[in-house]
Amino acid sequence: MSVKDKVIEIIAEQAVLESGDVALTSTLEDLGIDSLGLVESIFAIEEEFDVSIPFNANDPTEGDFDITNVQTIITGIEALIADQKT
Amino acid sequence: MHRVVITGAGTVNALGHDVPDTLAAMREGRCGIGALEFQDVERLSIQIGGQVRGFEAEGRYNRQQMSLYDRFTQFTLAAAKEAIEQSGITFSGDLAAKSGVVLGTAGGGVSTWDANYRSVYEEGKNRVHPFVVPKLMNNAAASHVSMEHNLKGPSFTVSTACASSNHAMAQAFQMVRTGMAPAMVTGGSESMLCFGGVKAWEGLRVMSKDACRPFSANRNGMVQGEGAGIFVFEEFEHARARGADILCEVIGFAMSSDASDIVMPSKNGAARAMEGALADARVNRDKVGYINAHGTGTAANDKTECAAVADVFGPHADKLMISSTKSMHGHLIGGTGAVELLACIMALRDGIIAPTIGYEEPDPECALDVVPNEARDADVDVVLSNAFAFGGMNAVLALQRI
Repeated sequence: MSVKDKVIEIIAEQAVLESGDVALTSTLEDLGIDSLGLVESIFAIEEEFDVSIPFNANDPTEGDFDITNVQTIITGIEALIADQKT
Repeated sequence: MHRVVITGAGTVNALGHDVPDTLAAMREGRCGIGALEFQDVERLSIQIGGQVRGFEAEGRYNRQQMSLYDRFTQFTLAAAKEAIEQSGITFSGDLAAKSGVVLGTAGGGVSTWDANYRSVYEEGKNRVHPFVVPKLMNNAAASHVSMEHNLKGPSFTVSTACASSNHAMAQAFQMVRTGMAPAMVTGGSESMLCFGGVKAWEGLRVMSKDACRPFSANRNGMVQGEGAGIFVFEEFEHARARGADILCEVIGFAMSSDASDIVMPSKNGAARAMEGALADARVNRDKVGYINAHGTGTAANDKTECAAVADVFGPHADKLMISSTKSMHGHLIGGTGAVELLACIMALRDGIIAPTIGYEEPDPECALDVVPNEARDADVDVVLSNAFAFGGMNAVLALQRI
């Protein structure tokens, strides 16, 4: 399964939706994921890909990790995985 | 209804091992937060805290006591000794039979759990010390205070996360006020600064990696602390009859539940607790000169708390002072309200308002007088002490100069 599909699966599970209902342009708010759900999603993604995501719930925009929508999250994780390999 | 006064105070925390040292640090705006030191700290992403330093159990307690006293109990006993000695009260006869101890803690013997899990899981040992259970139980500290000081009346432990010690002190207040007990030993303690304790908090992603800056626009989370604050609450006539030095009067309290979210605070729940405390104390809101804030330094708490204060106090919100001493000693979780009560006593008794240190940038969502960075001289007659816990459980105390 690609990084993209796996991230969508994790977000869909958190949102209690089918993967097909999660669009790349969806924001977490669109999907009904609150701050607690976001922290849980980040944990699940970290566990899945064995990466550390720089995220502080006090300031979600701080750091390089962009959580604007599903696509930016996928891009961010792909970058973290690539960094880890180098 | 009886009047309730505080006749003794004791503490151990990152700012000092007793009340005079702690108040001196609060006056100077000194920061007790620094690099954490314990096993496996390098595996944590959060490596700062308000750790109590130079408090050695060896020499202070004997071998048998050490096997029974978790660090949260050690802090409690040291603070209780200071408070009871200052009060000058001796619990014997009928006074002992009716007086008890109500304490708050969120985690109890966290480092005992941590050390013994490490021993059986990581080191593969199959045997633990016989006193693990009596050492880690949440009521261990209250029990040892009762034994040490002959308190034979109602004693128990309250656990409501970050509001534990305020809920505990509210209970003790109520017991003395209604005549159930002539005096109560009360407060709270916490010691979660071990690998497992900090690792659990780290998971929530609300901790700061560099500093606790309550109300500052650039705040980025809470910082944990550890320690204890213990007080003697006593019926006013009883204290006066024996010529006790009275530190201040406890005049009211209120508790409320948000009934909404397990971690996000509610403005309404906080406001109802403050309003309730004022109503219980039968004091007009414009008499309040200082509020010791819950002020955790998280984005969510500080703006919610300021909005609640604005709602409750209206135009007077701009005249009162509100500060968070967590910026100096860190967040003592279940013991935090107790250590913060010291700042309230200092305000009422010494006319000195403890500052919110680490304040760097005004936040329009926290536009109150937060006493930034430097302590201030001020005459205040009535103060509030706020505690708003995870789980949406709030407890606010009202105190008055005497």
